[in-house]
Amino acid sequence: MMVLTRPLAALGAVVLSALATIGHVTLFALATFRHIVTPPYYVREYLHALVHVGYLSLPVVGLTAVFTGGALALQIFAGGSRYGAEEVVPQIVALGVVRELGPVMVGLMMAARVTSSIAAEIATMKVTEQIDALVTLSTDPMKYLTAPRVFAGLVTVPLLVAVGDTLGIFGGWFVSMNTLDFNPSTYLKNTVDFLETPDIVSSLVKGAAFGGIATLMGCYFGMNSGRGAQGVGRATKTSVVAAAVLILAANFLLTQAFFAT
Amino acid sequence: MISLDGVHKAFGSKEILRGVDLNVARGESCVIIGGSGTGKSVTLKCVLGLITPDSGTIKVDGEDITATGDRDAFLARFGMLFQGAALFDSLPVWQNVAFRLLRGSLKRPKAEAKEIAIEKLRRVGMGPDVADLFPAELSGGMQKRVGLARAIAADPEIIFFDEPTTGLDPIMAGVINELIREIVTEMGATALTITHDMTSVRAIADKVAMLHRGKIRWHGPVSEMDTAEDPYLHQFITGSSEGPIETLR
Ligand SMILES: Nc1ncnc2c1ncn2[C@@H]1O[C@H](COP(=O)(O)OP(=O)(O)OP(=O)(O)O)[C@@H](O)[C@H]1O
Ligand SMILES: [Mg+2]
Repeated sequence: MMVLTRPLAALGAVVLSALATIGHVTLFALATFRHIVTPPYYVREYLHALVHVGYLSLPVVGLTAVFTGGALALQIFAGGSRYGAEEVVPQIVALGVVRELGPVMVGLMMAARVTSSIAAEIATMKVTEQIDALVTLSTDPMKYLTAPRVFAGLVTVPLLVAVGDTLGIFGGWFVSMNTLDFNPSTYLKNTVDFLETPDIVSSLVKGAAFGGIATLMGCYFGMNSGRGAQGVGRATKTSVVAAAVLILAANFLLTQAFFAT
Repeated sequence: MISLDGVHKAFGSKEILRGVDLNVARGESCVIIGGSGTGKSVTLKCVLGLITPDSGTIKVDGEDITATGDRDAFLARFGMLFQGAALFDSLPVWQNVAFRLLRGSLKRPKAEAKEIAIEKLRRVGMGPDVADLFPAELSGGMQKRVGLARAIAADPEIIFFDEPTTGLDPIMAGVINELIREIVTEMGATALTITHDMTSVRAIADKVAMLHRGKIRWHGPVSEMDTAEDPYLHQFITGSSEGPIETLR
């Protein structure tokens, strides 16, 4: 009997702990939003977070976007030419980058760069009792550490997505112009004519959602880190995996919400 | 002023505190001694609300700590030196010391806060030149002293010191012992100190409490410590490996 029930029990335990985590993360997110909208505001922490989450992510976002846009143009040209439809490159690049690749690439780069560094930093603070010290100094760690970072994610990642979209299209344009013999100005005109407001809005909304997810996961797993160096390592790893999976899942849901008719 | 009554705390299946009863009067300096890992740091953290006890009550000024409405106001009365100093490594030394003075209800102009920070650093034997360094640039003993300066920066009524002299040279340890004594006698603060250093116990304690196996094994005035009958206490203060406290070798 035990042999039969044991796998079920294990499965049940996994499901229960997953549900508990979802509940905890939800409460954590709600508490964070409450702290973002209620004073006191630690201005210095907010500025610091804006610079670290947003500004310093620009190079990596720019580079990934340019290369991805370029590669996309080559593939669309290759695929399109089989049907004599090479001229759709600007339109499809624009659509692919703005609706999907731009936000997803930026989101995943945020998980790699921002989630990991937030989780490692906060987990280390937890392990070295700095979080406890904050509490004894009458400072709420949620307000001092989490709120500024999540705010920075929500605000700067849409801007990063806008930059990523632009540079992704630029990458496609550059490749098309140099190796695929497109006319540069016609290419740009086709791109601009084709894109519609909902495309751009969806891109920015996705950016805000992914920025929120990336920073929240870093803070949540950092704050709940286990003890010792191992605890920090585990918190960092889990936060990045959770952020990446949630970003891709959220991307699917948002695409469905915006474009499924 | 601080009273613990039947405080229990277990981490998983590991019972750490098994009914701690302790009273510290206003203006008194109480020292907790006891073997490594007996839960001395956990006891302090329970009083500060950083760890929630499984059962038992903790009162400060007769009020249950879980019932205090305004946690900020409650914590503003305390200063705490953590065993590992727990300095914020993203901030320079002086901002660590003046942390409380730069934000919240005790906020004051930056220049004034820095002045106070430098004065507190001086009291723990550190010059103004360290004020702009970062914690990572300091030695362990220096970090400890910065932590001490931070604990006393806002002149709290109640101060907790978790091993204030560990990692310091004997002369500096003497300076810190004197400082703690001064804070209690001159400022009328209530102090609860954890230490393994018997010189320190004799220098700063009015009252000594020994934690063993999750309970207060012995407590009394420091003057009675040497003549007490308790074999556990006797073994501890003489540092003998022979006695009722088992040592694994
Ligand atoms: N957050 C925690 N989670 C799990 N176990 C803990 C936690 N905090 C403390 N412990 C355990 O509780 C026990 C007592 O810890 P504590 O830090 O209070 O010891 P201590 O008396 O201060 O010892 P030392 O003199 O070495 O500092 C230890 O076994 C420790 O592993
Ligand atoms: Mg300890």
